[in-house]
Amino acid sequence: MTTLDQVHENNKAKVIDIQGGQGIRQRLGQMGIHPGDTIMMLRYGALRGPILIEVHGSQVALGRRIASRILVEEIE
Amino acid sequence: MRIALAGQPNCGKSTIFNSIAGYKAITSNFPGTTVKYTETKTHIEGYTCNCIDLPGTYSLTSGDPAELEARRHLLSGEVDVIINVIDASLLCRSLELTLQLLELEVPMILCLNMMDEAQRKGIQIDAPKLSNLLGVPVIPTIATTGKGLKELFIDVLRVREEKRIGKTPKFSKDIEEIVSQLDSILNSEWPVKEKVPTRFLSIKLLENDEFFINETKRNSNATNRIRPLQEKLEQIHGSPSDEVISSERHALAMNLFEKVSTVIHPPKRDIRITIDNWVMHKFFGYLILVGVFYGFFNFIFGIGGYIEEPLMELFDYWIGGLEEFFGKGSLALFLFRGVLQGIAGGIAIVLPYLVPFLIGLSILEDVGYLPRVAFLMDVFMHKIGLHGKSIIPFILGYGCSVPAVMATRILEFPQHRFIVSILTTMIPCAARITIIFGLVAFFISPNAALMIFALNILVVAVSGKILSTLYPEPGSLGLILEIPAYQLPPLKNTLKKSWYRIREFIVIAWPLLIIGSALLALMEYGKVDLYFNRFLSPLTHLLGLPVSVGATLIFGLLRKELSLIMLTQALGTTQVLTVMTKSQIMVFTVFVTFYIPCLATIAALWKEIGKKGALLAILFTLSVAIILALITHIFFGIFPLW
Repeated sequence: MTTLDQVHENNKAKVIDIQGGQGIRQRLGQMGIHPGDTIMMLRYGALRGPILIEVHGSQVALGRRIASRILVEEIE
Repeated sequence: MRIALAGQPNCGKSTIFNSIAGYKAITSNFPGTTVKYTETKTHIEGYTCNCIDLPGTYSLTSGDPAELEARRHLLSGEVDVIINVIDASLLCRSLELTLQLLELEVPMILCLNMMDEAQRKGIQIDAPKLSNLLGVPVIPTIATTGKGLKELFIDVLRVREEKRIGKTPKFSKDIEEIVSQLDSILNSEWPVKEKVPTRFLSIKLLENDEFFINETKRNSNATNRIRPLQEKLEQIHGSPSDEVISSERHALAMNLFEKVSTVIHPPKRDIRITIDNWVMHKFFGYLILVGVFYGFFNFIFGIGGYIEEPLMELFDYWIGGLEEFFGKGSLALFLFRGVLQGIAGGIAIVLPYLVPFLIGLSILEDVGYLPRVAFLMDVFMHKIGLHGKSIIPFILGYGCSVPAVMATRILEFPQHRFIVSILTTMIPCAARITIIFGLVAFFISPNAALMIFALNILVVAVSGKILSTLYPEPGSLGLILEIPAYQLPPLKNTLKKSWYRIREFIVIAWPLLIIGSALLALMEYGKVDLYFNRFLSPLTHLLGLPVSVGATLIFGLLRKELSLIMLTQALGTTQVLTVMTKSQIMVFTVFVTFYIPCLATIAALWKEIGKKGALLAILFTLSVAIILALITHIFFGIFPLW
């Protein structure tokens, strides 16, 4: 198990848990990110900038700090 | 009859709205363009209806102010039919909102928009089946080409007549049990029959929705009976109650999605992915960013300068003619010259830059480049205590500060909204850009104009750092932003949008310019402007500017363009260089770029961040303007570059 910001580009991962309060869970949920969902890591921003992921067919940019709170399991 | 367009951000609500309303709502390709609702009267098959375009909401849970605005409307009880607009290419996620809208028990119709995009992704949707499952009509549309819209609105009438309220798919058994327990508690404890359906309310309370928890506290004794039920949910599912409900809804949506859609072929290798590989690249992305904005400004200056010069000469010739016709010093001369200078200012100075600028901005918006800029700039915005999403109000600020201040509603945290609202007013709006181009680029050099833009960005960054240190936001986590797919700008829409914004200048600002210019001429005739000038003389003296520019700064508070047009009026010539040095032009422009926002912006600030915030913005920008203009003055005193 690792956190989303550690997943390599073009790899897929399954969300295990979101660590944080109701606020962050809600925001991520609205973007279609819940425990159990599959996320594809598309790219990293420069200088520890945000990451770009694909989830349920849409692309979402996430700050690294948020990404580090999403526990995931990498899928081969 | 009232029809409300509701849906997730960037699904095409405003495009549909505009197709029936003419061009009234601004559309673009980034989430959160509509931050307040727009309403229009329209006729469908002979019926008069009011149609409202609501801000996009990802869900009906309390979120940012734009989302709350949408929810307040939907719950007001005044909406007869909801048109739930869905981006068909994102059906699965969109259905989560649909499920919540169904809980409102208002007649509803589903508009499966962007069918072309879904097709490109290889997704095929069985609309009749979806309609069957949800109990509401489902109409496939492509709003940008108008396909399916006629059928949509005819079905709206049918839905309204039949009062077709859809069926809400049920949660799993244990959750439904708890929901119905709370349901009956609310039914007995809440004396007033509210417009909000109890099932919807029960679910929101289980989700721990702040707004509804507070409402319940005020209206009933049911509050202390909510928590035990939430705990029960948490025990069964082992996660917080809000997550239980949202996961459950998510599962329902996925289930629906799987039932009605098939991926017929894997998405074709999309050219847009290749484009993003460059545009969002760690290194080339920034090169492209600089290139785009550099090219953008050169494009505006190229067109503007080309048009401004001959037009100015023409008007100068006419103004000279006036003098001969009326004789020097006559009242008629002052009056007619004032009016003519106002007209000249609009045609020769403002419009040549405003038109290409607004068209360019519309194209950037509609293509979907702005969210990419937010992605690229996030890391830098963090350095000034904000995050990438704040770049969107900033970029809009280059158009007009008023929508920019309103766009701060897409930011989640009040402190960020406060800081970004104040900062956006310092971004030169189209009017001030006109001043920078019309004065500095035109009379000095395009590079000098670029210097002002660079200085501006630096100052905004430093101010951001100062303000975010003074008003820290502890809860801020960082960027969460949907990056929509690129769209070819729907040309008709893009041009209509530009026209809509240009018209704003022509109908509202330009008459003001002409009246203001005539007024200043009359003041000059009666020597009243001297009082203004004397009143401001400490300032103009401090900055080494001609005393006669004092009055123009006061006019600039009404509309920023007035400063420029008044300037030629106050100096008595459009050949500014004969009466001002290049350094003085720089000082004047720097001051005008930063000082106090115009009246309309102050009003917007007042509304968004309150009286105190607006006052702070005035004081802050005024001090920044004085300090920077003074530094510019001293700098050119020591290094006379020209």
